[in-house]
Amino acid sequence: MFEGTVPLEHYLALSAVLFVIGIVGVLVRRNVIVVFMSVEIMLNAVNISLIAFDNYLNLTNGQIFSFMVMCVAAAEVSVGLAIIIALHRNKPTVNLDEFNLLKW
Amino acid sequence: MLLKLTCLVPLFPLIGSIINGFFGLRIGKNAVGIIAAGSMALSFLTSILIFVGFLMLPEGQHVFEQVVWTWFGAGDFSVDFGFQVDPLTLVMMFVVTGVGFIIHVYAIGYMHEEFSFYRFFAYFNLFASMMLLLIMGNNFLLMFIGWEGVGCCSYFLIGYYFEKKSACDAGTKAFIVNRVGDFAFLLAVMYIFNIFGTIDFTEVMHAAPEKLIYAGEAVTIITLLLFVGATGKSAQIPLYTWLPDAMEGPTPVSALIHAATMVTAGVYMIVRCSVLFNLAPMTMMVVAGTGAATAIMAATIGMTQFDIKRVLAYSTVSQIGYMILACGVGAYTAAIFHLVTHAFFKACLFLGSGSVIHGIHGEQDMRKMGGLKNYMPVTYWTFLVSTLAIAGIPPLSGFFSKDEVLYHALMDGNIIFWGMGISAALLTAFYMFRLVFMTFHGESRVDPDVHPHESPKVMTMPLVILAGLATVGGILGIPLFHGWHILHNWLEPVLHFDLANALDHSKHMLHEAGQHAPSWAHLLNPKEHNLWLEIFLMAFSACVAITGIVAAYIFYIKRPDLPEKFTKGQWGFELVQNKYGVDELYDEAFVKPTVEASHLLWKECDAKGIDGTVIGTAKSIGWLSERARAFQSGFVRNYALFIAVGFISLLLIMF
Repeated sequence: MFEGTVPLEHYLALSAVLFVIGIVGVLVRRNVIVVFMSVEIMLNAVNISLIAFDNYLNLTNGQIFSFMVMCVAAAEVSVGLAIIIALHRNKPTVNLDEFNLLKW
Repeated sequence: MLLKLTCLVPLFPLIGSIINGFFGLRIGKNAVGIIAAGSMALSFLTSILIFVGFLMLPEGQHVFEQVVWTWFGAGDFSVDFGFQVDPLTLVMMFVVTGVGFIIHVYAIGYMHEEFSFYRFFAYFNLFASMMLLLIMGNNFLLMFIGWEGVGCCSYFLIGYYFEKKSACDAGTKAFIVNRVGDFAFLLAVMYIFNIFGTIDFTEVMHAAPEKLIYAGEAVTIITLLLFVGATGKSAQIPLYTWLPDAMEGPTPVSALIHAATMVTAGVYMIVRCSVLFNLAPMTMMVVAGTGAATAIMAATIGMTQFDIKRVLAYSTVSQIGYMILACGVGAYTAAIFHLVTHAFFKACLFLGSGSVIHGIHGEQDMRKMGGLKNYMPVTYWTFLVSTLAIAGIPPLSGFFSKDEVLYHALMDGNIIFWGMGISAALLTAFYMFRLVFMTFHGESRVDPDVHPHESPKVMTMPLVILAGLATVGGILGIPLFHGWHILHNWLEPVLHFDLANALDHSKHMLHEAGQHAPSWAHLLNPKEHNLWLEIFLMAFSACVAITGIVAAYIFYIKRPDLPEKFTKGQWGFELVQNKYGVDELYDEAFVKPTVEASHLLWKECDAKGIDGTVIGTAKSIGWLSERARAFQSGFVRNYALFIAVGFISLLLIMF
């Protein structure tokens, strides 16, 4: 590890900050699209920490795994957006709190 | 090999029962009747083939076993689903399939007006199958299956007219009273397994003289329990009360199940276990005493009843008493002989009474009969022949078998048993001829609107055949000059018992246990067969029978006013007519306390205790759920919050 490179702690801090932003976004925003984007942010926060550890430990597992996460995220986006469109067709809104039928 | 066909004998009626039970309504009455009677005929023919095969067995082999499959096994205990054929089984097989076939044919005519014709025959065939399983099983457990199976079919058929309350009650009564006996039988089987480590008949009977001490505690308890089982099934004191009530069922049922076959299962079982009973002299005394007491008590009740089928029912109880008496004095051949002849003449009598009931449109009260001789000649003559047979008039079958029982009661038992037996014989002749005279002779007391008629051929032919059998059945056991007869020689291999050898073993075992063996030497003195005594007894019992008949003639033909005079206001007569109040006694002693205790358990324990706990649990969970359901708001962001909070608190807990 030579001078001038970014230390591991910084990456992890970035990852944590992004993750918390994602969580807060999920919890406080009402717009479905924004909530969805916040979920993506959380996934990418995890990706950052995976690759940071990978680099730090000189391994490749984390990189492979981050590809995996990206694939899943892509799939999830396609399904998620389809759901959002379906929701929007049922109710002319993107406000999450309007969709509370799934309860007993 | 013909003996390989053994397993088919119970299988035919079972198949018939299944076909009739499931498709009976669709295939029509004729087909149902043909299948039911046909399956019995096939069983009978197969039995003949097996008999031929049995005769071809090599010299010295007297038992054939066929194991179909191993039923179950646990550890070193295994039970085979297997059949055994030996001389005793063959005799019973012929009685069950032969008489069963005849009664099936009769039932086709008798039951023809019934809507649930198919239901009747499904049960009837199932009964035959179970009865065959009972007599052909090669171990106690298989016998128990048959034992329970026939009880179950008996319950179904007594309650055949289930819309009638009295029929339902009678069925329940028969089932519950039988259960007492069945329980004792099961205990006996467990005890036998405990001692022998097997429940196979051949093995148990073979090992019994070596493992059991003569008159010892174990064998006495086993045989007493077995005998309690027999009293339930064979309607002996104290469990006889169900049989008269069982007459609620259709008449062919009374003939087949409650006269010819099922009720003799107890006798068969005792004979099957004769080795064990031979080792328990105390039990033998109990058996003989019970048999003699039942014979005479049922006969007295039979004299006072007016329902034609009830008289026959008490007569059955009384005749089985004879068989049990014969078992009790060790005359197993006589017991089986009487069982066979009784199956013939009692089946004929029951079917005859059914023909009478059929002919006068369901009337069963003898006070509303009389003079039927001219309307139904075939029924009358066959009935008369069977009545002469049961009364013990030579040379009909009942004379020989009853006489043999009485002879052995005197020779191997004592004069008290013989006295009870001969008194019962007198009463039998009296009440049977009372029945004949009241039903067929004298003035007609039939309702004027009813026109008596003879039954169709399908019903009278069985009567003729059975009457014929009742006439010649005695041939099986006509005492030859040296005192032995066909049935005795035939059953000898089954009943063979070496008392001297058994006593030796017992002595040896007692010495090993450090106990002093009593002297049993006097048991080994052979009893002289006294030909002149036997001839004298025969003549005497024939005279007794004639006396009974003459008495009945005087009372019911010559002076019909006499019975009224003798019985009016007599408390003794009323006591007997009320069956000694035994039913009421049992009601007070057992039924009512049971019902009340059950009611208490239901209302207090079950409804309040158990149901209360269960319902209380459900209610408290419901209350908690009411509170918990607030969490499920339907707002996605709420759920996300819970996940986040949960995750964070997990982190906090872990680090």
